[in-house]
Amino acid sequence: MTIKVGINGFGRIGRNVFRAGLKDKEIDFVAVNDITDAKTLAHLLKYDSVHGKLPEVKLEDDTILIEERRLKVLSERDPLWKQYTDYLWNALHGDFGPSYSSRSRTVNDIISTHFPVSAQLGVLAVIVAMVVGIPLGMISALKQNTFIDYFCMFFALLGVSVPSMTLGPVLVWIFALKLHILPVARWGTWQQAILPAFTLGIGSAALLARLTRASMLQVIREDYIRTARAKGVSEEKVTVHHALKNALIPVVTVIGPLFAALVTGSLIVEQIFAIPGCGKYFITSITNRDYPVVLGIMLLYALLIIIANLIVDLTYSWIDPRIRYS
Amino acid sequence: MELKSNEKKEIIGDAVILERPEVSLWKDAFRRMCKNKMAILGAIIIITLFVLAIFAPYIAPYHYAEGSLKDNYAKPGDKYLLGADFMGRDVLSRIIYGTRISLSVGIIGASTAFILGVLYGLISGYYGGKIDNIMMRIVDIMYGFPTLLLIILMMVLFKSTFAVTTPGTIAGTLSAIDNAFGGLFFIFIGIGVTAWIGMARIARGMALSLREKEFVEAARATGNSNFQIMIKHILPNLIGPCIVAVTLQIPRYITFEAFLSFIGLGVNPPTPSWGMMISEGYKAIRSYPHLALYPGIALAITMMAFNFLGDGLRDALDPRMK
Repeated sequence: MTIKVGINGFGRIGRNVFRAGLKDKEIDFVAVNDITDAKTLAHLLKYDSVHGKLPEVKLEDDTILIEERRLKVLSERDPLWKQYTDYLWNALHGDFGPSYSSRSRTVNDIISTHFPVSAQLGVLAVIVAMVVGIPLGMISALKQNTFIDYFCMFFALLGVSVPSMTLGPVLVWIFALKLHILPVARWGTWQQAILPAFTLGIGSAALLARLTRASMLQVIREDYIRTARAKGVSEEKVTVHHALKNALIPVVTVIGPLFAALVTGSLIVEQIFAIPGCGKYFITSITNRDYPVVLGIMLLYALLIIIANLIVDLTYSWIDPRIRYS
Repeated sequence: MELKSNEKKEIIGDAVILERPEVSLWKDAFRRMCKNKMAILGAIIIITLFVLAIFAPYIAPYHYAEGSLKDNYAKPGDKYLLGADFMGRDVLSRIIYGTRISLSVGIIGASTAFILGVLYGLISGYYGGKIDNIMMRIVDIMYGFPTLLLIILMMVLFKSTFAVTTPGTIAGTLSAIDNAFGGLFFIFIGIGVTAWIGMARIARGMALSLREKEFVEAARATGNSNFQIMIKHILPNLIGPCIVAVTLQIPRYITFEAFLSFIGLGVNPPTPSWGMMISEGYKAIRSYPHLALYPGIALAITMMAFNFLGDGLRDALDPRMK
């Protein structure tokens, strides 16, 4: 008996259903999500046939056949150009169409349930990045070329270099599995938000630290700082009132795009911590071949990034009156 | 006054002439970089990684795809130095073979960025005017779209379109090539298509300012053609900053690949990509944390090494930036 197997992410078939189906010889082909599933299936079948539960079966890879069946279903609707223009027209009106894998929910429903979670995570990560990054950059600028400066900048370089897919497991291992002070995954309570927010925010914190340091170093050499010092303003007041205010201008302008980048960049973090946000659903949709969802989330993300950049451009001259568009 | 070994003292009449051999920009930069310990550390790590990647079959104790199911989830020990994964494959060997994937993605990204981006920017910046306008608007359109999303979109397209077609067609051939590369070929394309954009902007900006310089005027006056001026006079002057930019971009390409493999759009199993190893290992992190941690550390070290080297190169080639 030969069974055709296609790895196309058509969906997982439960083991028991599969076993039952095989016994009744109802199934002649099966589509699985990925190669791991295919291998599991192979082991399962071997086990069953060795123990006499099944006749000997052979698996034959036939991804092409299954994908073609799937496409045939799609092409039996309108011609491609009509589908495309319809999609564009609906997307312009804020309707991203139905989802392939979930029959009861449209793409809009999916985005409106999952996006708020991603947005929360993004806001928390931006807060982490600001609270950690800006003071770090300030301290290292004020103590330029001392041990503290080198330490802070080494930390910043570390933060830039360590990707979230390394940092996430490391933090989980330390804080959840060794110290048992924070939960491993999921979303809902504030304890569960700490690890993902840090995992997502630390890289940007490092970026902000480097940026703050550079801009602070530039500002404290300006003449008006010297004037302030000369007329006897205290050192704290010079730093906070005069220097920091101007030094933060370039920092503030990157926070908008940073927020957009963090919301869209949370794919990995959401996957690691099993957070029910857009990113996790996006990955699931990719493996499910749920193209309308993939497209919808992608468009949303692109829109978010473009809007963030636009806001920065528009507020530039408001934040810093020295910049003018002529 | 004492003279260094490479300095020369000459006395002509009353005048004392101190001479020192000419030092080229590159030699000078190299000397400055050697003083930067971090950059040297980065360079050493990168060289080690290249050695590991090239001689992987001789260094790795096992083949990356070979495993025995009775050893699955083996703890780190004598038989498996860093343990074994869910299929009983040696983690150390897979990490060593994984350097091949990461470095090749880095190299492909860097070289397309360098060759395509620099040429594109050079032509656009040198000719200026209408040509520049058209070429840069194309770049702007691509630059406005988030890179990672663009790559994901391309990978979704490649993986789905080229899985269906029958052998013999162009798509079928591409898919066969991709399978031969273990799924890396489409990643190369995805990264290559996006990598040159940033570089083109840098090169164009520099070419734009360089073409106004006197030496270009002189070159034109002595009858050099546009092509000769671009290649012989402008290109050497913008290559330094471009090398720095490319080195600092390499970690990005490496994360892109790890990212794609992590979410299941990257290499095909059993090709050992660090991103995929992390995502496979993470499923068992409660019981076997080593499976996700070791490839993660390898990834972080590689990125750090390239960042150290890139920062060092930047400081060495342009001391004003420090």
